[in-house]
Order: sequence, then C-alpha cells, then structure tokens
Amino acid sequence: MLTTVLSGDFPRSRWLAALLVTVVAGLAAAPFIFPGTRSLDVAARILVFILLAASYDLLLGYTGIVSFAHTMFFGIGGYGVGIAMSKLGPTWSSLAAGSAISLALAVALAFLVGLLSLRVKTIFFAMITLAVASFFQILASQLSDFTGGEDGLNYKLPELFLPGTKFAEATLFGVELSGRLFSYYVLFAGSLALFLVLLRVVNSPFGRVLLSIRENEFRSEAIGYRTVAYRAVANCLGAAVAAAAGILYAIWLRYTGPDTTLSFNIMIDILLMVVIGGMGTMYGSVIGATLFVVAQNYLQDLMKLASNATKGIALLPDLLHPDRWLLWLGVLFVVCVYYFPAGIVGRLRTRKAPPAP
Amino acid sequence: MAGEHPVLETHGLTIRFGGHVAVDNVSCAFRPGTLTAIVGPNGAGKTTYFNLISGQLKATDGRVSLFGEDVTQMPAPQRARRGMGRAFQLTNLFPRLTVLENVRLAVQSRSGLGFNLTSMWAKHVELIEKAEHCLHRVALAERRNTLAALLPHGDQRKLEVAILLALEPEVFMFDEPTAGMSVDEIPVILELIQQIKAQGDKTILLVEHKMDVVRSLADRIIVLHQGQLVADGLPAEVIASPIVQEAYLGIIKEPAHA
Ligand SMILES: Nc1ncnc2c1ncn2[C@@H]1O[C@H](COP(=O)(O)OP(=O)(O)O)[C@@H](O)[C@H]1O
Ligand SMILES: [Mg+2]
Repeated sequence: MLTTVLSGDFPRSRWLAALLVTVVAGLAAAPFIFPGTRSLDVAARILVFILLAASYDLLLGYTGIVSFAHTMFFGIGGYGVGIAMSKLGPTWSSLAAGSAISLALAVALAFLVGLLSLRVKTIFFAMITLAVASFFQILASQLSDFTGGEDGLNYKLPELFLPGTKFAEATLFGVELSGRLFSYYVLFAGSLALFLVLLRVVNSPFGRVLLSIRENEFRSEAIGYRTVAYRAVANCLGAAVAAAAGILYAIWLRYTGPDTTLSFNIMIDILLMVVIGGMGTMYGSVIGATLFVVAQNYLQDLMKLASNATKGIALLPDLLHPDRWLLWLGVLFVVCVYYFPAGIVGRLRTRKAPPAP
Repeated sequence: MAGEHPVLETHGLTIRFGGHVAVDNVSCAFRPGTLTAIVGPNGAGKTTYFNLISGQLKATDGRVSLFGEDVTQMPAPQRARRGMGRAFQLTNLFPRLTVLENVRLAVQSRSGLGFNLTSMWAKHVELIEKAEHCLHRVALAERRNTLAALLPHGDQRKLEVAILLALEPEVFMFDEPTAGMSVDEIPVILELIQQIKAQGDKTILLVEHKMDVVRSLADRIIVLHQGQLVADGLPAEVIASPIVQEAYLGIIKEPAHA
C-alpha cells in the first residue's frame, strides 16, 4: 500500500523519513496548530512551492533540462484563474474554464518552446526559456486591461472559498469551519496528490528514461530512445504541474500579480529550493521548499530575538539586526550548497560517506 | 549458413570533415549469419564507418540500408529500434546509474515500455531479470549494484557489451570490444561473440586489431585504409595480401587503441 502510494521510492534514511513525516503532519494540521493568518499563509506558500520545486526538479534534477520558464507556467495558472474570475464572475464554471484553459495553454506553450529549442545545447535552451519568460512578463504588464498590470488582480471566488463563509456555527478544536479552512485543504489535497503523481512519474519506466537522458543523452539515443520526444513530454508535464500550482495559489490568495507568480525572484527561489533540497530526489523539493519558505518568513523574527539577546556585546546586535536577514539567508544558502553538494536529501541518504564535492 | 539477402548495406558511403575524407565511398553488404571483421590502422575510419551505419553521424554522400530500407536519413534511435546494435569503442555508459540499471534501460528500450508513465519500473520484474541475465553472460553479475562510473576499465568494457546484448539486435557492431581489457577478461567477450555467431542468423561487424582473434572468429575481413575499402575477402586471403601485411605491420608499430 505504502509502496504504491510512494511508488516504491522510500526516503531511505531515518532522518529524512522523520523530517518528511513532520513536514506533512505539520502541513496537514496547520490550520489547527498554527491558526494565525500569517502562519497559515506560510503553510499555504510551502504547499505551493513544494509543488513548484518538485515539478522543476522533474526537469532539472531528473532530466537535466535547465529552464527559466517555470514561473511563466506558474503565472499562466495564476492569471488563468485571476482573469476568469474577474472577467467571467466568481462562479464554479468560470473557475473550471480558467483552470482548463491555463493548463492547456501551459502545455501547448511548453511543447512549442520545446519544439523550437529542444535539439539545441542546454545553455541555449536555458536562454530561450529566459527570453520567452521575459516576453511573457512584459506581455502581462502591458495587457493591463486583462491582467491589472503591475497591480495585479483582486477577485472573488465561488462562495465556498471565501473566508466569510461559515459551514457551521460550531468550531472544531477552536477553529472556525470557514471558507478559508476549505481553501486550505483544497490546496493541501491538490498539492499532495500532484506531488504523488510526480513521484510516480519519476519512478516509472518513463522516469528512468529521463535519468538516462540526464546521464548520457547520446547513449540514450543509441539504445533507441528518441530523447527529443521524452524531453518534450517532461517539459509539458512540468509546465502543467507548475500551472496547477499557480491555479491553487491563485485560489488561496484571491489575488494574482506579477510579484506573486511571474517574477524572476521566484524562479531563483525555486532553483535554490531544488538545489538545497537535493536535485533528482523529489523529497528534496519538500525539504527545500519548507526550509526556504520558513527561512524567508521567520528569519527576521529569529534575528530580532538574537539581536536583542546579544545587546551590549559589540557588533553582534548590529550583525544580527533584522534588516540584515537577506544577507544571512544568502550565507545560509552558500553554506548549504557548499557542504551538501547533493542537497540535504543526498546528504541524509549517504550519512556514512559524505559525497565528494 | 549465411543468408541470401544482405541485412545491412552501404552504397558509396562517404563523410567529409572539412577537407578530410574520413570514410571514402565505401560500398559493402553484410549478410546474416556472418561475422565480418573490419581491420585497418588507427585513423583508417573504422569507427567513423560505424557511426555512419548506426546513425551517430550523417553521411555527406552515399546510402545505408537496413533490411532493404534506406535509413540514411533516419536518426539513431529509430535505427536502434529496427535492430541496429552498437557497442562503442570509447566506453559510453550512464555513469551515475548502477550497472544493472545501465542494462535494464536497454532491455526496457527493446520492450517498448519507455512511454509508460504510470507504472513503477521496479514492478516490471521481467525486464530486471533479462538485464541480470545479460550481466551474467559478460560475467558482471556481482557488480550489479555498483555505479557504472566506479567500475574498473575492463568491467566498463564488459558492461558496454552487456548493453548491446540487452538490445537483442539483428546487427551487432563491436568496436574493439577487448581493447584495454586484461588478458584473462578477453576470453569471456570472445566466447560471447562466438555464441552470438553460433545463433546463425545475426549479422556481426567486428573492429579488432588482434589478428589471432580476427583469424579465429571472422568469416570475412574487410580492410579500411585512409577511409577507403582496400580489401575484402576470406580471412586467409586477405591476411596474406600485401596491403594487409602493410597495414597489419602498421598496427604492430602503433598498438594503441584510438
Ligand atoms: N567528428 C569528427 N570530426 C573531425 N574529424 C573526425 C571526426 N571523427 C573522426 N574524425 C577523423 O576521421 C579519421 C578516422 O577516425 P576513426 O574513424 O576514429 O578511425 P579508426 O576508428 O579507424 O581508428 C581520423 O583522422 C579522425 O581524426
Ligand atoms: Mg576506432
């Protein structure tokens, strides 16, 4: 049973298993253990980024494709919902239409970009995706009638999702049974299900071919795999899941804008999550995304504590001042990447013999 | 024993790299059940000829046909799936995958399961068993869980051959399969080639420098020299011919594998 759910891909490290169980349990129970608005937002963001990082890992870690268009597909999902909601009204059918159209668009676009450039060298492909993604960003800010330009879109959703909606007078463990709770669990279920789908894909015969392409594309072709076709399917799949993550995030936020979806900062974040978590390990995305989002949101608080605690000591309070949080985040990443070249998951799985850098 | 119709033919096959003609107007037919040895000094164009046949390089001129079908424009994967099997001279593996997985991927390609996204690869036990069988045949079964990159050179050469076996091709192309192997490892590979030959219906092309090996295995020898086919015939005749004596001596002078 567990083998089927996890597609036979077990954590293979007691520490990793414990971490994963903690993260999943924490996310599952988040509305009850972290009911605050901000902390639930963080939990939701983690769920979205797990999915984004995992779908990016399918390309980067499993297939060896370097793409910078992942946030574009994420944005297509987000804007699909945003535009459908604001133009067609907050109904279930417009939500379905917006989602379906954005998924189809993401897949079609991924296929086109793939066709145009999959035969070229990795670095050239990366540049093409960068160009297309930049173009898309400009397009989104230009078509402000549709997209709200730099301000983005605020919209209503079907009533079930709205925070004002109460399902019952009673509360569960002191938590209101509201539309917000419903939204969170839609996000949780969607993210979990899609993650498990990705886990299955990478452990399927198809997933093995992707690994062979990453390892030696020339040889993969020589034994009969049309690698162009495999990479195209991987690209489309990655794009579809990224768009789905965008759809889920747009539902949760009831807002879509360039900063929450299309920005290249997010692209860099995803890249770091995958690298820090461990490329080509799927579970690395869970660990990477969780650590990253938590650090992004709570490092400042932590530093405030540390800064206050070290008052009176020379220099330290200054260094630990909350305004320096970005600096420390950067240091954290460099240390991570340097000491765990195979990522946290890779490190945990080979605890006895650390891999050569 | 040898079949009537050639399985593989090249017609005026030519490739130029800039001004250099690496394979020059080579026409040759290969029949099933026959082992053809391809000899010639280093840089004669043997590997390049293989690359043209299996589709790693595109010919400047001439044609390749497989089972009567013109495959000159066909990419390598399609040729592989039509029965063209290739072991490379310079070891060419999936370095960070296990020995077993290297072979299993070839078995999987043969089985046509590549686009299966929904099942678990580990559930296809028959593929794993087949891969293990291939490893047995090259005496590499104990190394199944080692990463390919960590194998010693001789074992990497064996793995290269195991991958070829796993493809169950109609045309076997061995490019100096024993080069760089230690003396005690070589018989395993030669025995294996002998077994494939004994099946009687496979077309085997073997690039090999060791003349005793060629003499014992080959039904026919062709000689390449500066990209041109300069001799073609029964082993005894070809080996005795002056042109081979010359080329052969050339090999003895530079026995490195290039
Ligand atoms: N991709 C290439 N580009 C340029 N020259 C090449 C290329 N491949 C092979 N050659 C040249 O073609 C000639 C034949 O090489 P090769 O087929 O490897 O010889 P052999 O296998 O008989 O030792 C050599 O001179 C080599 O330098
Ligand atoms: Mg050669």
